[in-house]
Amino acid sequence: MSASKHAQLGLSDTDVLYMYESMIRARKVDERLWLLNRAGKIPFVISCQGHEGMQVGAAMALDGKKDYLLPYYRDMAMVMHFGMTTENILMANFAKAEDISSGGRQMPGHYGSKALRIVTGSSPVTTQVPHAVGYALAGKMEGKDFVCLTSFGEGSSNQGDFHEAANFAGVHDLPVIFFCENNKYAISTPADRQLACESIADRAAGYGMDGVSVDGNDPLAVYEAVSRAVERGRKGEGPTLIEAVSYRLTAHSSDDNELTYREAEEVKAAKEKDSIVTFTKYLKDAKLLTDEQEETIHKQIQTEIDEATDHAEQAAYADAESAMLHVYDQ
Amino acid sequence: MAMMNYLGAINLALKEEMERDEKVFILGEDVGKRGGVFLATEGLYEQFGDRVLDTPLSESAIAGVGIGAAMYGMRPVAEMQFADFMLPAVNQIVSEAAKIRYRSNNDFHVPLTVRAPYGGGVHGALYHSQSMEAMFNSIPGLKIVIPSSPYDAKGLLKAAIRDEDPVLFFEHKRAYRLLKGEVPEEDYTLPIGKAALKQEGEDVTVITYGLSVHFAEQAAKELEETGISTHILDLRTVYPMDRDAIVDAAKKTGKVLLVTDDNKEGSVMSEVAAIIAEECLFDLDAPVERLAAPDVPAMPYASPLEKQFLVTKDKIQSAIQELAEF
Repeated sequence: MSASKHAQLGLSDTDVLYMYESMIRARKVDERLWLLNRAGKIPFVISCQGHEGMQVGAAMALDGKKDYLLPYYRDMAMVMHFGMTTENILMANFAKAEDISSGGRQMPGHYGSKALRIVTGSSPVTTQVPHAVGYALAGKMEGKDFVCLTSFGEGSSNQGDFHEAANFAGVHDLPVIFFCENNKYAISTPADRQLACESIADRAAGYGMDGVSVDGNDPLAVYEAVSRAVERGRKGEGPTLIEAVSYRLTAHSSDDNELTYREAEEVKAAKEKDSIVTFTKYLKDAKLLTDEQEETIHKQIQTEIDEATDHAEQAAYADAESAMLHVYDQ
Repeated sequence: MAMMNYLGAINLALKEEMERDEKVFILGEDVGKRGGVFLATEGLYEQFGDRVLDTPLSESAIAGVGIGAAMYGMRPVAEMQFADFMLPAVNQIVSEAAKIRYRSNNDFHVPLTVRAPYGGGVHGALYHSQSMEAMFNSIPGLKIVIPSSPYDAKGLLKAAIRDEDPVLFFEHKRAYRLLKGEVPEEDYTLPIGKAALKQEGEDVTVITYGLSVHFAEQAAKELEETGISTHILDLRTVYPMDRDAIVDAAKKTGKVLLVTDDNKEGSVMSEVAAIIAEECLFDLDAPVERLAAPDVPAMPYASPLEKQFLVTKDKIQSAIQELAEF
């Protein structure tokens, strides 16, 4: 990352500091969730660590007032940059009534909010991808110029729904951004046992769409790629497939033991390329961030997380009888 | 009122709903210029253009794209070319459409209609003849509607399209041109979730749905000449079921014949039998009987084999008679 890269992309100094804060916030929330899990306070964690740079880079390229996000379970940094708050995330992880995604019905990581244009997701992977195509189709029919970004892992790119949705979007020139977060593992199975091609982006040709592969540890490179895809989508030039390559820095979930299938040295090496590390260095080299500012930002976010944790822990669960509600329109 | 067949009533319902509400659109295989392989959407592409969308051969995408558009605020009507071909879309229908309202705590909902021709008797063999309703009839969040007449087809399809929740709308493909009847040309809907009493009777109750209603009515007519009076309830909506109507109909005669052209095991009628057992066992004068297709994987192609599988008027007639004599 050259020091003036963000300016060349049209991002202000304030913009990149805002991106940095989003990345730090997501990382720190994620770390808090692991602590809460290990302390027995929340049942489950699914982590975004290692994905923060690409998620914030992608969300930064969208218009938060009109575009739609159809994320997957690892997208905490993305949904937070798109409008979910620290408290929203904690409420969901404590499964409290104030969880805006589901009122405590779904596992954490199943993001959704109509008001934020983040579309509800489920656990069977890749089912959200055709939904993104449906939103885009509706937008095209209504003459709107919004785009839909849907994200998924490299393992999910093998699902039939990915293929069916990408082909559909390609045939009908729909403004969908297929954003693949390749973190090199689908739970325990490495990418070379998931994919016979070099890059997920290679698959784009089969759907008649542009395919690009970017360094997922570089939020600015991701921002640039997604911005181009957004521009194409708004102009009616159709969908784009973007592969952002990074690494999953934690186990798949709080119920997984990564050391049964990968070496600690490999994780250690990946941590040196972590977007949090490299983007912090970029900002410091560009003299946009001092050690003091860094400490202040970290402290502010930590306080915010402490408060949100307390609120969520003390908040009420939904009434037990409410489990019977909202099967159908009432 | 106009005389029209079951297919014409479906076509008219689609046309009227698309004229009434511009959020309504159709997506499916060959629904555009071709007008659908059964011609259910004939003439609609000419009238509505791209609101009648030919999709790639991709059932999961037809359902999934429909779900996305419905969550956005459209009212898609997705056509599955044959109910047999819905299986690739089951994950979208069961994991997504059925659960989106519930899982989002009422934030999102899916006003999607999925139409699919089902049933046999047209030499469709194993994979163009199946009844798929049993596969979906224990999935809260879904509604399953199966009309038994042209009048019902129009009124129920319009209701399905206006419904705020996902509706699977199964159309018996043999009924398309076999069943004709009076259909009002004006707008009307019929209530989803309500069964319809087709005729009052004293001796035997038949509970059924879809094309079997027609055969039950024919059988009852012939039996009437021999002095057997048949009470016929058409479920119309097989999920969620109209429990009150089932119980009332069972109590009426105390002898109940449940008819489906699906395989017997685990069919819609198994649930009806369970409801009767729970609610009115002591009102019965005979064991509940199910008449259904045999428990073989699906309907064979050759005429004698197909006939062996099918639930016919004659089979229904014999079953009613035996029950009357019990």
